[in-house]
Amino acid sequence: MLDQYFGDYITVAAFIAVGALLVGGGMFASSLLRPDKPTKVKSETYECGIDPVGGGWSQSHIRYYIFALLFLIFDVEAVFIFPWAVRIEDFAAAGLGGFIFVEMVIFIVILLLGLVYAIRKGVLRWE
Amino acid sequence: MTGWETLLTAAIKVAVAFALLLSLTIVLVWFERKIVADMQNRLGPTRAGPYGMLQTVADGVKLLFKESVTPRRVEFALYIAAPIAALVPALLIFLVIPIGRPFTLGDRVIDLAGTDLNVAVLYVLALSSLAVYAVVLAGWSSGSKYPLLGAVRASAQMISYEAAMGLALVPVILFTGTTSIRAIVDAQAGEFLSFLGIWNIVLVPSFLIFFIAGVAETNRAPFDLVEAESEIVGGYHTEYSGFRFALFFLAEYINIFNISALTTTLFLGGWHGPTFGAPEWLAWVFPIVWFFVKTVALVFVFVWIRASLPRMRYDQLMQFGWKRLIPLTLVWIILSTVAIGFRRFGAPWG
Repeated sequence: MLDQYFGDYITVAAFIAVGALLVGGGMFASSLLRPDKPTKVKSETYECGIDPVGGGWSQSHIRYYIFALLFLIFDVEAVFIFPWAVRIEDFAAAGLGGFIFVEMVIFIVILLLGLVYAIRKGVLRWE
Repeated sequence: MTGWETLLTAAIKVAVAFALLLSLTIVLVWFERKIVADMQNRLGPTRAGPYGMLQTVADGVKLLFKESVTPRRVEFALYIAAPIAALVPALLIFLVIPIGRPFTLGDRVIDLAGTDLNVAVLYVLALSSLAVYAVVLAGWSSGSKYPLLGAVRASAQMISYEAAMGLALVPVILFTGTTSIRAIVDAQAGEFLSFLGIWNIVLVPSFLIFFIAGVAETNRAPFDLVEAESEIVGGYHTEYSGFRFALFFLAEYINIFNISALTTTLFLGGWHGPTFGAPEWLAWVFPIVWFFVKTVALVFVFVWIRASLPRMRYDQLMQFGWKRLIPLTLVWIILSTVAIGFRRFGAPWG
């Protein structure tokens, strides 16, 4: 059982190693094969063919940050829902199905309320 | 199995998986170009090899020999790390997808999948989240305006649809009671009315949401705002050229294959399909054929969508994700739980 468990993850580890080697090797091989003649004009950053104006790192709108916050809420929620989905049958077999189901409904409704709040606050309105 | 056998099996699987993935990508790129060409009444690639099939190989070799221009303002370490961070998770997702039924060699049973983790569904979701890192790193480390804009857009889009994608899989887990992909495929065995498979596609909303979110996750049309040429040039990989660009390209096509293969595996019965009473020595071929037929059909849908639909506007994209897909998924989780509960334990008033 434990042997099988490690066997599964050994394949994953081997795959990561081979994948990284392959990609790194490809990049190295390419660096040996390709020409490399940088000039001042060539190494300008791209800006539709004109000289770049100002720095490359501009500010972006705050609304993108809010999406990240929203995502965090829903992703953490998924962490709770997945174990629930795997285990609910055991609880149902023990006669606790209704209880465990109602609990999840309450949880999901609270989250939906949060989403409704965010939408009402105008997170998704773009002007 | 002894330790050495485990290692040897792992080595063979890794080698086969890589060979398969790389050759598949070559075929897929050609397939997409040909299909789109047909839909737009063009010829598509015709010169390299029969029907232009070797065009992708030619392009790959060309990119290998092209100068990789490194702009002055890049953060070099992160700039180099980004294409690797794009490709490696894409390769790793393929590892847990079974492409055929297990076969016995002597007294050992060997799965036709890289490996079978008991948390495979979570593993897939975790790795597809990592794709966001590649995009953000590439966009930020380029030190240029268009890549940064593309990366910010892409990350907001990908995390929005990722939430829907993960939640869409909850009914599948409820239905089959496991997060192991092998067990999910096994649960879809059997036939209904002697010719229809008992597949998880009965969870239609999950299937649709997963596939739509998958199209958005891979940044494909109509959700390809990330690389909207008319607005932000190439998006996050504007400053990449040569082999480094090829890695992003490769990652995109492997991701398309992965999403199609995952949809096949989770919803369309994986490798299950009729074997037409073939003898035992031949019967192992059919599962592999069925798996690829279903997957290529889904890849065709990807291409078909790309050829048919115009690009969405960014606010529409976000509204569709947050106001439609996610609330729908949450309601569907509750409804499907009720339905599955009735099916398994009977109605409480019955």
